[in-house]
Amino acid sequence: MATDTSDSLITTDVSSTETGRGKVPDETVVASSNLDVYYGTDQALEDVSIEIPEHKVTAIIGPSGCGKSTFLRCINRMNDQIPACTVDGELRFHSTDVYDEAVDPVALRRKIGMVFQKPNPFPKSIYDNVAYGLRVQGKAVTDEIVEEALRGAALWDEVSDQLEESGLELSGGQQQRLCIARAIAPDPEVILMDEPASALDPVATSKIEDLIADLADEYTVVIVTHNMQQAARISDKTAVFLTGGRLVEFDDTQKVFENPQHQRVEDYITGKFG
Amino acid sequence: MSLGTDQLKNELLDTGMTVDDIKNRVFVWVILAASLLGVVALALLIVDVIYEAYIGYREFDIRPAQFLTQSGSRTPSQAGFLAAMVATAWLMVLTAALAFFVGVGSAIYLEEYAPDNRITRLIEANLSNLAGVPSIVYGLLVLAAIVNGIGLGPILLSGAIALALLIMPIIIVSAQEALRAVPDSVRNGSLATGATQWQTIRRVVLPSAMPGILTGTILALARAVGETAPLIMVGALFTARAPPGPLNRFSAMPTQIYTWAAEPSQHFIHLAAAGIVVLLVVMLTMNGVAIYLRNKFETEV
Repeated sequence: MATDTSDSLITTDVSSTETGRGKVPDETVVASSNLDVYYGTDQALEDVSIEIPEHKVTAIIGPSGCGKSTFLRCINRMNDQIPACTVDGELRFHSTDVYDEAVDPVALRRKIGMVFQKPNPFPKSIYDNVAYGLRVQGKAVTDEIVEEALRGAALWDEVSDQLEESGLELSGGQQQRLCIARAIAPDPEVILMDEPASALDPVATSKIEDLIADLADEYTVVIVTHNMQQAARISDKTAVFLTGGRLVEFDDTQKVFENPQHQRVEDYITGKFG
Repeated sequence: MSLGTDQLKNELLDTGMTVDDIKNRVFVWVILAASLLGVVALALLIVDVIYEAYIGYREFDIRPAQFLTQSGSRTPSQAGFLAAMVATAWLMVLTAALAFFVGVGSAIYLEEYAPDNRITRLIEANLSNLAGVPSIVYGLLVLAAIVNGIGLGPILLSGAIALALLIMPIIIVSAQEALRAVPDSVRNGSLATGATQWQTIRRVVLPSAMPGILTGTILALARAVGETAPLIMVGALFTARAPPGPLNRFSAMPTQIYTWAAEPSQHFIHLAAAGIVVLLVVMLTMNGVAIYLRNKFETEV
């Protein structure tokens, strides 16, 4: 089953027929080549090369410890927070090398928003949570922008009359959508999501999934998930990382799930391991 | 499967007091008595002091209204506590101002910025050591370095410096704990939203940690308010009038009590008892505020 990796890893000219997005050729937003990441002496990612297309949902799946979250945190340099983490190889955001010394990670994160596994709203009002990014980035805060972000996160109807209440008083699913609103309010280009629904109940999860599909109209979404059905439902592209931090397969989601090129990927997807 | 055989029933039945049961009960009483000892000691102390103050009121006519509004005097019937209370108020404000910013600043550096290396560990180890240094040593240090060294003299500011040095390690350690209690997920959320590290600290971390920091600071000040030894070293003893500013000579509440208690006259000794009542009220109030703050914000988060 396994074929030569060089021609199956990156195939950006075929788009998913299911979501109907991207009839035009894809523009690459984030691209890595030969990316290696180490935590101290442990290698977390090995030789990862990938091109993530614009205005698509790219899902990253794989078993625990395969480096999928590590890869996500490389894109906006949140790995900088871990002192032992070192990055080798190239990671580009458009044409800029993210790990160039001249790149300010704060400026990078203003272009690339992030939503975490566990909802982490600030102990502030709902309004201030959403306005936070605008304030720290020195952008004007208007009620319209806050409303738009909350609508974008499918939360407006539920909280429009309690904007001054604490974000911590919302339910888990609402908190996560508040975090999404916080991420999109400053209007980034890319939104990274690190297992955004794994701490939520099924109803909240399906709301988040619906939302992700809508987000791709305006943003490039990269989502890490351990839930293969979720990846199959919501993504246009799927990247499969396997143990050892290797990217084994990256293609249109339909192809990856229906006709994977690698035996190990097929075994993983059909639940033989992982 | 039959539920509850006779054997099981017998095992579950209470068989009366065994030796282990007795040990169990005795031990509970012993440790209860141990924990009550502190409470009893405090109660006895308070009762004794209030009783002495009451004797002062009965036999030496020490009235609260006069005691709280008169300044110091060599004549016991003219002596009051006002000068000492004003000096203590000054001391607390200056000590808080000196210790709070340096202490919280150090805590922020150690928790949020400092790399985990030898120097950081050395600083942290020494902070614990500093917290254990006897208070009189701080008095000696300030006497040598500030009062005589740079010639500031035995003024209120010198006393405040001694007290600030004394409580700074306590403030740093409690502020560090408060900062550590702020979850990293919140820091990451802020950084990932495009905030700088300082914005993250200023807008998210500090507001969350502030109740804990304030509680620690108030508890530290409550300790400083009763400190006598460093103030004696610095040169705070008897003065008759309230200090008009931080550059004047002074005697604070504990040093005033100390001076009175050392007098041979029973009248002065009962003035000291009245002073202790005031000092205890101030101290317990500060502790009460700290506990109130802690409970209030604990339930909110």
